[in-house]
Amino acid sequence: MARRAPEAGGLLLRLHTGATLLFLYAPIVVLVVFSFTSDSFGVRWTGFTLRWYQRLFSDERLIGATLNTLLVATVATLIATVIGTMLAFAMERYRFRGRTGLEALLYVPIVIPEIVMALALLGFFALAFGLIDAWFGVRPVMGLATVIIAHVAFTVSFVVVVVRTSLKNFDVRLEEAAADLGADAWQTFRRITLPLIMPGIIGGALLGFTLSLDDFIITFFTTGPGTSLLPVEVYGQVKRAITPKINALSTLMLVASITLVFLSQFIQWRGRRSS
Amino acid sequence: MAIGGITAAGVRSGARRRLAALLAPGLFWLIAFFAIPLVVVLAYSFAVPGPTGRIEWRFTLENYQRLFGETLYVSAYVRSLWVGLLTTVICLVMGYPLALFTVRQPPAWRAVLLFLILIPFWTNFLVRTYAWMVILSNNGIINATIQALGFPRQILYPGEGAVLIGLVYGQLPFMVLPLVAALDRFDFTLMEAAADLGASRRRAFWRIMLPLTAPGIAAGSVLVFIPTVGQFVVSDLLGGAKVDFLGNLLQRLFTRSNPPNWPLGSAMAVMFMLVLTVAIIAYFRATAEERR
Repeated sequence: MARRAPEAGGLLLRLHTGATLLFLYAPIVVLVVFSFTSDSFGVRWTGFTLRWYQRLFSDERLIGATLNTLLVATVATLIATVIGTMLAFAMERYRFRGRTGLEALLYVPIVIPEIVMALALLGFFALAFGLIDAWFGVRPVMGLATVIIAHVAFTVSFVVVVVRTSLKNFDVRLEEAAADLGADAWQTFRRITLPLIMPGIIGGALLGFTLSLDDFIITFFTTGPGTSLLPVEVYGQVKRAITPKINALSTLMLVASITLVFLSQFIQWRGRRSS
Repeated sequence: MAIGGITAAGVRSGARRRLAALLAPGLFWLIAFFAIPLVVVLAYSFAVPGPTGRIEWRFTLENYQRLFGETLYVSAYVRSLWVGLLTTVICLVMGYPLALFTVRQPPAWRAVLLFLILIPFWTNFLVRTYAWMVILSNNGIINATIQALGFPRQILYPGEGAVLIGLVYGQLPFMVLPLVAALDRFDFTLMEAAADLGASRRRAFWRIMLPLTAPGIAAGSVLVFIPTVGQFVVSDLLGGAKVDFLGNLLQRLFTRSNPPNWPLGSAMAVMFMLVLTVAIIAYFRATAEERR
């Protein structure tokens, strides 16, 4: 394979690419097809039906879990995008003591095994809630709030990475020009800087949103018994059995992811064109 | 010196205040909900597990002794690291040619390929693992094909083979994207230069292309290796929870075992981080060596 590398693609390289794409997409296609099968085990094709989608839309528990998950992802993304963009500005525009330390603090959440972060947050919340109980006599419980706090903690670093990239590509002379023309710092930021780095901010927000939406491990460890969230529900059901209803749910989740990829690519493309 | 009515000192203190305001919320969040929780885990790992799962705050090294003394834990470490390595190598061998093919295409076709690689990257991990349960199940399409060809039905899942397929499938996009980035920066005229100087293609690949794309290989390998070693979902779903990986033990010690044993689980997590750090430093040293 490698020997043919300098060309646009030798036969072996072509075959390999075809086979790998088949490997990547066959399972996805199978899943989509079997969400329409009338087979009640959902693993064979026995005829077309929309029954599983109907069942899905009348499953109130799953709908509630989906709404909760969307709520968590939206709130977490908003917080992470705001504080992440602020951090990105601080890192790109200022030299200060402890900057290298902060760099490491931002890098570690990206590379740390998710399960370690998840159980650390569980341990932390248990300890903190125990202390709050001892001091104030009220014991908070794990639920949507703890999941949101955890999701902000693990997505903020990704937002910072994306926003910093767009700040690096930003032409600082535009800000100087604005200042020369009499704009104050806030006006310059509001009218020049923010619009120009907006594609980066939206890109970071979309990445954070997707990560939050898809996250299972941290969600699983930081949620409470009374709160149902989509990935945790899916895990519970999938562990029990394969069902065509889960095939249908998976298909809808796939459609949502593909829409998000389109959106992020489109925003990046527009951002590149305008700069 | 006054600039527009503001003195230089005034600008500086204003800038300092602005910097503090920019840093405060993010720094608070990362310290309170990331750094401190890690310190809490470290503290738990030296505490005593009480009989009901409550933590007794007395210093002990017993958790670490158990970790090294019992085969269950040692074998889970060895298995997780071995499978992590295997998954990384398979992803690299599958991903490198794919990335190479992608960057060598004309722009339009290249964009399509990149998009096709990105979609699984953005797709839910549980959904992608579940898809293999459907395919490999007893009455699934692979078994249907096997039976149609006249062979007896095979138990493909749950099993270790299914776990490996699921892991490679889940992690492949994380290998390909850094490789695409690295190969994108690679100057392919170097290969022509090597050929002009009489190097065979094989030699040019090993001596020029591979060392110059080593940062991409290193980044992709780390992105695949770390989550694979710590995973518990794939071995739970595709392995039928028969063989214990590190992640399965951690999950059980923290959430399921009766009573839970957080100190032992924390000691496992701390050791895991140490082992990973050492492995990754060694790996980066080795790839840096190669580049020289």
